[in-house]
Amino acid sequence: MKHTISVLVENEFGVLSRVSGLFSGRGFNIESLSVAPTLDPSISRMTIVTSGDDQILEQITKQLNKLIDTIKVIDFTGEDFVERELALIKVTAEEGTRAEVLRITDIFRGKVVDVTPRSYTIEVTGAPAKIDAIVELLRPAGLKEIVRSGPVVLGRGPKGWRSAD
Amino acid sequence: MKKTGSQILLECLQLEGVDTIFGYPGGTVINIYDDLMDYPIRHILTRHEQAAVHAADGYARATGKVGVAIATSGPGATNTITGIATAYMDSIPLVVITGQVPTPLIGNDAFQEADIIGITRPITKHNYLVKDIKDLARIVKQAFYIARTGRPGPVLIDLPKDVQIASAKFEYPSTVELRGYKPTYSGNVRQVEKAVKMILASRKPVIYVGGGATLSDASQELRTFAEAIQAPVTTTLMGMSSFPKRHPLSLGMLGMHGTYYANMAVTNSDLLIAIGARFDDRVTGKIATFAPHAKIIHVDIDPTSIKKNVRVDLPIVGDLKDVLQKMVQKIAEHGEGIEKLIDETSPWREEISGWKEQHPMTYKPSETVIKPQFVIEKLRELTSEDAIVTTEVGQHQMWTAQFFDFTQPRTFLTSGGLGTMGFGLPSALGAQAAFPERQVIDVSGDGSFQMNSQELATLVQYRLPVKIVILNNNFLGMVRQWQQLFFNKRYSQTCMELPIDFIKLAEAYGATGLRATRPDEVEGVIRKAMETPGPVIMEFKISREENVMPMVPAGAGLNEMVLAS
Repeated sequence: MKHTISVLVENEFGVLSRVSGLFSGRGFNIESLSVAPTLDPSISRMTIVTSGDDQILEQITKQLNKLIDTIKVIDFTGEDFVERELALIKVTAEEGTRAEVLRITDIFRGKVVDVTPRSYTIEVTGAPAKIDAIVELLRPAGLKEIVRSGPVVLGRGPKGWRSAD
Repeated sequence: MKKTGSQILLECLQLEGVDTIFGYPGGTVINIYDDLMDYPIRHILTRHEQAAVHAADGYARATGKVGVAIATSGPGATNTITGIATAYMDSIPLVVITGQVPTPLIGNDAFQEADIIGITRPITKHNYLVKDIKDLARIVKQAFYIARTGRPGPVLIDLPKDVQIASAKFEYPSTVELRGYKPTYSGNVRQVEKAVKMILASRKPVIYVGGGATLSDASQELRTFAEAIQAPVTTTLMGMSSFPKRHPLSLGMLGMHGTYYANMAVTNSDLLIAIGARFDDRVTGKIATFAPHAKIIHVDIDPTSIKKNVRVDLPIVGDLKDVLQKMVQKIAEHGEGIEKLIDETSPWREEISGWKEQHPMTYKPSETVIKPQFVIEKLRELTSEDAIVTTEVGQHQMWTAQFFDFTQPRTFLTSGGLGTMGFGLPSALGAQAAFPERQVIDVSGDGSFQMNSQELATLVQYRLPVKIVILNNNFLGMVRQWQQLFFNKRYSQTCMELPIDFIKLAEAYGATGLRATRPDEVEGVIRKAMETPGPVIMEFKISREENVMPMVPAGAGLNEMVLAS
């Protein structure tokens, strides 16, 4: 089963490799990982999508918590959360397909961020399933290159991850 | 007044109460070694960096304090790896300091540069590269704190040469602020109450104790707890010296080379109380048939140990000392319940006594060849109760675990998790440095001994009178045993064909060498060794194809143990 975990860590060198090393060293799976500083610049937030049964997930969260640099681990499984991923899609757009590509982009509330006579680069955000959907719809036009950020998530509701907020 | 980085490091060590460090100098630690001459810290120069770390490890295991080792960058640092991994697997508190090339050269493939932070990341509890001298004192403070608290472990500090030379005002922080590191010491009282209920409801309880009991200095609490509920106690290799083997409730060791009765007791138990143990594969055998009828209570300070290998019915996270004290208190509140428990578990204890009588831990004695088990028994007989015994890894290690009756905590130092050959001699060196007056004995095989035999020089130089037992069968015995049992006696590369003259080897270093080739010489050799000042090698030419028995074949269940080969 797929799980999305947020890990709040010290914003220091080497922390990413501690986390990724933990996954590879213990045979856990990383489907995607994104990381950037938070409101507090001394803390980075990693969003990791992983998979495994309950026992593996329990080990993953415990092992992440065990790292000295880990401040908090939030497993969003079973929680109410907002999930978004950003994708940049370079797609062939020639006469005959240009209009259709634009239409699809529009339907997904995407934006064209780079134009050439033979291609568009489209920016689109949404839940990973939505990105999957636009990719499939654009495929017939000819996909040249795709980059996906991996999902980032936040819990719904008024509270931040620090219960004090 | 300003101090240099190397002075700040040494000031910190002093404030942490470090009196002895083990190490080996080199280009990137030369400043530290220069300043060391002005500090009242004893430095023991081992002959290999691996041995320096094992020695610090032995010092830590014997004393309970943090062991400190130091090595230069590059090859010095990479030589420490086996030592660090050994300590990591057995949760031993160490601070290992490595020199590093100057910060502007890091990443340039400079002379004697190795990314030791990257290399040791998975085998340290934490590690630090000090890039700015302003962080040095805080990092050293944190390193010691992390090493000895929670589940202990090794911490490495990589200290570039330019940071050692730079100077700054020295201020040692009085507290440690680590927002991501807050070990749970206090066991949850409600969980403890549930545990006591499960205990009271049990009819076939077994206490299974690991190295955590030693690390938490909880042997007294363990004993009080076991006696209060009259439950039999089996220990792992690492837990061995935390519960006296001669105690009527002792089952000795469980697992691959455990006693018949310990393995039978675990297999038939209805409640397994795991105390500071981690259900290692050498303990459990086939997981599917491990304690199949038992509910499991697991007490450990490290949440990751719980439910890692086996299902657990009741986890209690906390320091064993605290949890066991709370258990004993709660139990005392159930006077009648306890009487009933002790009454109703008495058939269980009788069943276990039956197993003990049926298949005691034994071997076939001989009057013509020296049996290794006989040497171990004699050694116990002829050494004092507080003697510290270290081992290497292999058959001799298992024979020591099986036939040496340990009675006091921190008297059995052995590489349990990583299984490091070459651990015994340097760790004995470290233990002897900590306790110059106590008997320290390294039980070794001829194979393992040669993995760090250069440390004889260190023993002689520092007058550390370690007594070394070499059970010599001219084989890498444990691997040979497996080849005999599982590979149709094809002894591939396990015969040590060149016979070493260990007497001459001892003498070459200025130590004493003694040899026994017949059973009737064993006692004399041990007595003579114990009377001889300084390090002594006792070589025993043992029966060559003796096997460690009983044995649970790898992958089999504990109930499928083979009693004799």
